[in-house]
Amino acid sequence: MTAENIANPKITVPKIIVRDLNFYYGDYRALKDINLSIAEKMVTAFIGPSGCGKSTLLRTFNRMYQLYPKQKATGEILLDGANILDKKQDLNMLRARIGMVFQKPTPFPMSIYDNIAFGVKLYESLSKNDMDERVEWALRKAALWTEAKDKLKQSGTGLSGGQQQRLCIARAIAVKPQVLLLDEPTSALDPISTAHIEKLIDELKEDFTIVIVTHNMQQAARVSDYTAYMYLGDLIEFGDTSTVFTNPKRKETEDYITGRFG
Amino acid sequence: MPMFLREASLKRHTVLDLLFRNLTRVSAFGVLVLLAAIIGSLVVGSMPTIHAFGFGFLTSSDWDPVNDQFGALIPIVGTLVTSAIALLIAIPVSFGIAIFLTELSPRILRRPLGVAIELLAGIPSIIYGMWGLFVFAPLFAEHVEPWLSDHIGAMPYIGPFFSGPPMGIGMLAAGIILAIMVIPFIASVMRDVFEVVPTLLKESAYGLGATTWEVMWKVVLPYTKVGVAGGIMLGLGRALGETMAVTFVIGNAHELSKSLLMPGNSIASALANEFTEAYGELYTSALIELGLILFFITFVVLSLARYMLFKLGQREGQVS
Repeated sequence: MTAENIANPKITVPKIIVRDLNFYYGDYRALKDINLSIAEKMVTAFIGPSGCGKSTLLRTFNRMYQLYPKQKATGEILLDGANILDKKQDLNMLRARIGMVFQKPTPFPMSIYDNIAFGVKLYESLSKNDMDERVEWALRKAALWTEAKDKLKQSGTGLSGGQQQRLCIARAIAVKPQVLLLDEPTSALDPISTAHIEKLIDELKEDFTIVIVTHNMQQAARVSDYTAYMYLGDLIEFGDTSTVFTNPKRKETEDYITGRFG
Repeated sequence: MPMFLREASLKRHTVLDLLFRNLTRVSAFGVLVLLAAIIGSLVVGSMPTIHAFGFGFLTSSDWDPVNDQFGALIPIVGTLVTSAIALLIAIPVSFGIAIFLTELSPRILRRPLGVAIELLAGIPSIIYGMWGLFVFAPLFAEHVEPWLSDHIGAMPYIGPFFSGPPMGIGMLAAGIILAIMVIPFIASVMRDVFEVVPTLLKESAYGLGATTWEVMWKVVLPYTKVGVAGGIMLGLGRALGETMAVTFVIGNAHELSKSLLMPGNSIASALANEFTEAYGELYTSALIELGLILFFITFVVLSLARYMLFKLGQREGQVS
């Protein structure tokens, strides 16, 4: 896929720039020469059928793949101009700057308070008061404060699915990252919880650069400013969400978003 | 099928069913009856010493078969101390093994290492005992114990526990051999429970920037604590009752010594050593009461463990 085939949107303040990114699971090439930019404090959505590489692409941003042997990425991913694929990049600091929320809620087996404090404690030693404030701040940001404020000492696993996912979002933003990666954050949730999270994403982009992988095209249309359509490891089209959904440049994209395929 | 035949087969089914149900019931209750019978005979057998010494049997360190004076303090202390040493060593080592096998080891090494550890659990205890006596104890006496008494023996508070002549055999040696014996049990249970931790949960912790150690210690361990505690209890159960290996290396001395380097005795090794020479009603009865005490300690430890796990589950809001 050459760059001129992609309708590159005008991104004035790119937070992340991906250049010629290739990704391999062993010998299998799962991402092919990806080039795109993620705009600061905007929501960028990756859509595409299963196996298209959208989650893989997301997981290169915090180098989560590094946990597994035989997975490797080549190319460049510039976060504020610095290549995070560089071997010298400190993984833990990278992950402090780039938070992630997963397909399913993953509360840690500890109290709600400790769930939020977990990540913060890894980087900062806050006084009890400051930590209390940070926990409240994160829970408010994640729209969970009113529901959780009376049961901070209770186990995070006792919350409902939607609340658990907001807890995970609160946990991720408590570290004050710059970028938030959401990997199909609502795929395990009911429609009401999904609506909560989508509203939340809209509010969170005030403070964070958000990248969301979603299976749900309507969701991408609702929450994102930019949309990337991927297929079999190629970035097929990338542009303003409204353009991609109403006036796609490429036929493959049109087929997918109109439901003729995928 | 003619009517009478069908009825006959129905009848046959009912009879078989009845037979089967009663057979399983007998097996299930048979175990309980056996348990009760064992406790019963232990209690009956220890009556003479219970009458003669009462609760003093538990707190007395006398063991004088010639004058018919018996007390269980030394073997009780020996059993508890050697088991405690064993767990103190085995738990961290097993945790390390389990972390390595589940998180850090290259995939190629995982299976062979796992199998090797399980094989360790299959070695008969007498082999551990022989190895402990003939190989481990001399090396221990020559290289480790002198260092211990020179360096730690002089320290305040803990010093007295590590002073004394380097004999090789003794409480510490028994504890270490026990540790080696229970490590495979604890490590393989820990590995099994660590393996069922959802990948996403671990990735969430890594995603926050946690190191492998932080992920294991703060997320995986709390998530699996019930299973881990179960594994530790399994190891403790084995350590408390282990007879042969301990008999070889503990020294079998009826002496109460502060020093862990000195020989001592455990309940199981006292029984193994002395049952052949137990003439006289009181001597036999003393040994049987020792057995009853061991039974009781094991029972209490296991019940406490169950209770702790139950409480833990309740506090988490998920009764297990």
